Amino acid sequence: MTFSTALEAKFEKLLNSYPPGRKRAALIPMLLFAQDEVGAITGEVVNEIAGRLEITPLQIDEVVTYYSMLHREPRGKHNIQVCTNVSCLLVGGAELLEHAERKLGIRRGESTADGQFSLEEVECMGACSWAPALQVNYDFHHFVSPEKLDRLIDGLRKAH
Amino acid sequence: MADLVTLTIDDRTVTAAPGTLVINAARAAGIEIPAFCYYDGLTLQAACRMCLVEVERMPKLQTACTLPVAEGMIVQTESPKVVEARKSMLEFLLTNHPLDCPVCDKGGECELQDMVFRYGAGESRFTEIKHHVDEKQFSPVVFFDAPRCILCYRCVRICDEGMGVGALGVINRGAVTEIGPNMGDHLVCDECGMCIDICPVGALTSGAYRYKTRPWEMEHIGTICAHCSNGCKTTLGVRNDRIIRGNNRDRSGINGEFLCIKGRYAFDFTDHPERLQSPLMRKGGELEPVSWAEALAAVARRFLEVKERGGRLGVIGSNRTTNEENYFLQKFVRQGLGSNNIDHHRTGDVAALISALAGTTGALASTADLYSAKAVLVIAGDLAQQQPLLSFQIRANYRHHGCRVYVVTPGPVREDKYAAKSVRAATGEELAAVEGLRDELRKESELVILFGDAVRGEAVRRLVALGDSFGIPVKYVCLVDYSNSRGAADMGLFPDLLPGYEPAQTPGMTMPEMLAAEDLEALWVVGANPLKAAQLGSQYAFVVVQDLFLTETARRADVVLPAASAYEKTGTVTNVCGEVQRLKRAIGVMGAKPDLEIFGLLSKEMKINAGLWHPDRVFDEIRRSVRGYNVPLPVLATGGAAPAVPLNGHIPLEARPDLIRSANDTLFTSGSLGRYSKSLNSVMEAPGGLYRG
Repeated sequence: MTFSTALEAKFEKLLNSYPPGRKRAALIPMLLFAQDEVGAITGEVVNEIAGRLEITPLQIDEVVTYYSMLHREPRGKHNIQVCTNVSCLLVGGAELLEHAERKLGIRRGESTADGQFSLEEVECMGACSWAPALQVNYDFHHFVSPEKLDRLIDGLRKAH
Repeated sequence: MADLVTLTIDDRTVTAAPGTLVINAARAAGIEIPAFCYYDGLTLQAACRMCLVEVERMPKLQTACTLPVAEGMIVQTESPKVVEARKSMLEFLLTNHPLDCPVCDKGGECELQDMVFRYGAGESRFTEIKHHVDEKQFSPVVFFDAPRCILCYRCVRICDEGMGVGALGVINRGAVTEIGPNMGDHLVCDECGMCIDICPVGALTSGAYRYKTRPWEMEHIGTICAHCSNGCKTTLGVRNDRIIRGNNRDRSGINGEFLCIKGRYAFDFTDHPERLQSPLMRKGGELEPVSWAEALAAVARRFLEVKERGGRLGVIGSNRTTNEENYFLQKFVRQGLGSNNIDHHRTGDVAALISALAGTTGALASTADLYSAKAVLVIAGDLAQQQPLLSFQIRANYRHHGCRVYVVTPGPVREDKYAAKSVRAATGEELAAVEGLRDELRKESELVILFGDAVRGEAVRRLVALGDSFGIPVKYVCLVDYSNSRGAADMGLFPDLLPGYEPAQTPGMTMPEMLAAEDLEALWVVGANPLKAAQLGSQYAFVVVQDLFLTETARRADVVLPAASAYEKTGTVTNVCGEVQRLKRAIGVMGAKPDLEIFGLLSKEMKINAGLWHPDRVFDEIRRSVRGYNVPLPVLATGGAAPAVPLNGHIPLEARPDLIRSANDTLFTSGSLGRYSKSLNSVMEAPGGLYRG
């Protein structure tokens, strides 16, 4: 399969960042970058990267099934990840997640029918000082109240 | 060697080489430190925490499987703290482990059971419902029961490192982690079952054996695999004269615990429904069951008639019958019938190698040499498919000793992955390719050369000359196909060579000549299937076939005599490296007789004295008369392998490359015998192919 020129450039830089014989070390960043571009770690992506790193597809599956931020199925364009670990939980993280479920009409782990939003419950993302926190794709949002979440989702909906 | 390290384990002073792991230093001193994930010969994992030991001045318990010995180290392997830790680890392992031991295949020989018996808590503090996952079938021969798995990763490592296949992986994380097959929901692999036998618990189970019996209800009989030429010891689990499983967990034999699908599963031809159970005789055009007496009398009568008339009679011997049987047969034919018309399907040019090595010593490699040699050259052979144990040995040699492997084959092979150099060479161009590797090979300190049937006749002599020109010690293995192909050659199943490669006075007919001769009056085929691919030239030849099944050849026979298989008789076989090993009778079989007994009864019927037909007596004669076979009996009697070195003076050998032809069996085929193994044919990889990498 083919990737964009920008992604190929990233791959090349990655593959040159490790000592000879250690190509496998580039696996996780390659998977993350490919997932961002393709939308998921599809079978095609697995086989392509396995070929480039000279490892078996099974060895990639081991990594993909281990890390929760790698996924085989596509998620929404905006993947909302709400933290419910201790710090966030104490200041309304769980309620925030339930609010998001009602607002989007989906349960955690699901995507909206139009493919715009998906919702995930995640463990600590290191933003305890600004709890409750959530992440939309790679962007952090701090001190999120239900109202702030509504505005955020409405804004994202309007944007496209 | 560097100075030894002295340490104290359980108040005993122990010395060990630097770098030795504490678990091994303790074992050498007779102190067993338990472990699930640590496994001899595989990479370290340190996952199971069973080998925790207390080391003085180290703040926490240490894993003995990853801790190298150090001078003055003081280790306690059974202190109260250690015992408590093991108890806790076991309690943890049992949180989701089902207690279905009463029905589990592994019950009674389970390492987890043993460990819990030794250290475990009498009761668990976990009251939660156990996480259950349904059993999965990875292949017809491999099943996986995830809840029983304790995640020691032995299976993953043996498949990747030992077999070079890497078909198993670890999927998911935490409590839902499990072993996953390479195709998502099923396996595509060697189907060797190494993962099953190495599993310390009953997580990976065998399609052939599961839920059949309890381990203690079987007799365990160590014999030699009936299939390929590698001569692996397979320990057959037998109950009521049925073979229920094959494995080699006791690591007896030259193969240690290695077995491929054939050794582990393909014993099932023994009770195939088409197995012949009575002699058959052609009556009115049809083969009909008759008594042994009637069949033997008929054969004796016809053979004597042909002999008295001076008619032409041809005998085709087997690649699978024992040395005793092959020796007795050729003696019967040469002395009793007065003919040198005896041959067999030659699957490699052993005679040419023995001839080319005349006058040398130590030039025949053993199975062990492949694990210790500094360099190995593989010519025209797909070892992983055709010679699985040799392939395993070389892989282990590479992993443990950094052996340099050179490959000259017509297509990709598994050895390519770690070979120092791989060269593709079409059939007939192998020697030129080896010549091209001369500069590299000369730099090695020693070399073992394995060559397939493409190198034959004069080419063998040129290969040996080439080996000599490297100026380093070179040993050879002539690759052959079946369990006693090498023995058939050594025992003189040749028209021009007697046992021990002594030249015959007047050479007889070769196999193709017998099959083509229009005036052949009798053809006696023992454990071979020459008419699968050829037509019998003689219209009126009286054909006698000894076999397990009604093969193409047997269908043409006038008399078919049902033979016992290798698992149903005693005797010796010689493997591809010339190692003589003893077969041990595992089961009895209705109706069939060992070939040796058939020969004996026939000789009696024909009043021919070819000696007593007891395997031990015949082997005595072999030891006394066949060059290279004066092997030590205690080695054989205790289940060992004794090298036979039939090196002779010059052998006046007519090069007949046209007679050398490997059947090119894969891991999933085994000549005519393989057709009757349900397990070999059940896997989706069958029949497989060579040179696919």
